Amino acid sequence: MGPLVPFIVSEELSLVIAFFLGIGFGFTLEQAGFSSTKKLVGLFYGYDFTVLRVFFTAGITAMAGVLLMGHYGILDLSIIYVNPTFLNSALLGGAVMGAGFIIGGFCPGTSVCALAVGKMDALAFLVGAFLGVLAFTESFPLVEELYMANNLGQIRISEYFGISNIAFGFMLVGMAVASFVATWFIENKVNKRETGISATLRNKYALSAAALFIVLGVVAFLPGKEDIINRKIAEAKRQQTCVFKEISADKLADQIVSKYYTLNVIDVRPAEEFEKFHLPFAVSIPFDKMMDRQYEPLFKQRLKTNIFYASNDTLVKMACLKAKFIGHSENYILQESAGEFREMFYNAAAPPVDSPKLLLDVYHFRTSSAAKMNNLVNALKNTGAPVKRVAVKIQGGC
Amino acid sequence: MKIEETNSAKTYMNPYLAGFLLGLVLLATIYITGRGLGASGAIKSAVVATVETVAPQHAQNTAFYKNFDNEHPEGPWKNFLVFEVVGVLVGAFFSGIIANRVSLKLEKGPRVTNLTRVIAAILGGAFFGYGSQLGRGCTSGSALSGMAVLSLGGILTMLAIFGAAYALAFFFRKLWLK
Repeated sequence: MGPLVPFIVSEELSLVIAFFLGIGFGFTLEQAGFSSTKKLVGLFYGYDFTVLRVFFTAGITAMAGVLLMGHYGILDLSIIYVNPTFLNSALLGGAVMGAGFIIGGFCPGTSVCALAVGKMDALAFLVGAFLGVLAFTESFPLVEELYMANNLGQIRISEYFGISNIAFGFMLVGMAVASFVATWFIENKVNKRETGISATLRNKYALSAAALFIVLGVVAFLPGKEDIINRKIAEAKRQQTCVFKEISADKLADQIVSKYYTLNVIDVRPAEEFEKFHLPFAVSIPFDKMMDRQYEPLFKQRLKTNIFYASNDTLVKMACLKAKFIGHSENYILQESAGEFREMFYNAAAPPVDSPKLLLDVYHFRTSSAAKMNNLVNALKNTGAPVKRVAVKIQGGC
Repeated sequence: MKIEETNSAKTYMNPYLAGFLLGLVLLATIYITGRGLGASGAIKSAVVATVETVAPQHAQNTAFYKNFDNEHPEGPWKNFLVFEVVGVLVGAFFSGIIANRVSLKLEKGPRVTNLTRVIAAILGGAFFGYGSQLGRGCTSGSALSGMAVLSLGGILTMLAIFGAAYALAFFFRKLWLK
């Protein structure tokens, strides 16, 4: 599951990858004609809308891809970097950049491209950009208030307007296609030409636009990864075909005492119930959060056995099924509920002395196991818990 | 949409195809690193590195540079965007070579002198550099990457960039048009 940095690809390796991604970036920008100011400023005088076409197409392609990958659980949309919104500085900074664009004819990325193919004006632009950034860093205390004003946080435009991501995606793609058609006519008018478009090319454009809408349609209307897993669980429940591997409380206690390190005891109840009481060495993974990226390794490993428990039979079985569909670890469910475990081991009442031997043995086994488990938990307080994978918010920006 | 070229340089790629490829590069970047592309961040790294080399005393006494160092403990150069921009140089050069577009020249509007063009480029660059820091990213880092992840700020910055450029286009037409 993406993003690959920092768990799968290290920060160091990401620098090497950055170089190759940069090559792709520079190559396509130059191929599109962004190394020429004539093409770039053409946008603002209406004679060449290449910039709008390339820019908008790139934006909606990447956006559709991000939504699609998020839908199928390939990319975790909750942790990718969303540029934070500081209302005042975003608008004012943008306006200053717009002035720079029309005066200088480049933006930073395109000036680097233009420099690479030998444009001397691009070098001048970059020198200017260097001075501009220096002016900002040196004058930062003066503009700090403006820079930090009206912070809306890492908010998506869809959240701001209270619509779904995909609804906004449709709107953006619709706007893009409409602008492509409109600028085609404007461009012809400004350049005073009567160019038609060949039928094959027109069909290709129509097909590409349709493909984009189909991708968005898939995200909007077909079930995603989470839906698929939930549906599988519902199906298995309905057909009652599932066989669960079960473990009894006594057996579990014995296992914990003798080899706690081969087990992941997983509490799928809500976190507050976990706080009140939980089994020794248990980790809290509430049922709703089982699909979180941080817990994924737990369900995909084969080294330890996962043992699920909850307060009722249905919940624990659903959790076990869910784990089965997420990964391929070995999963057991505890026959007893959390409450029963507590009664059996921690609140056990001593049987009368004249009870049968079996009853006495069971009582002694349980009380001594409870003591041993407590000792173990205390002894391993700092080392026993599995290393938690913290979901890192990725820092980025320009 | 054939563009007439006077020299033997190849025509540019179809803009929609180029945009699609650019979108894939951006998507790959987001998938691998969880963040988008950028350019002005590399310039910021260069500025910070220069200030720290030329005027270390000053850098140590200024909050902005100290904060930068805290956020980038491995120094200004060891940065995703720096490596990416070096790649941009290589990729664009490669593209220029195969399209036969590499030559030393100063491109300008038909009515301006070389000096005017250079001054305008420096001035424009200065505006863009300043604005990119104020707006937390330039056309690539804020507008393009912001659009891909539906960032409100990124899309607003994009509208502001293009809106301002359109609004001012009339006043600077002598720089570009006949």
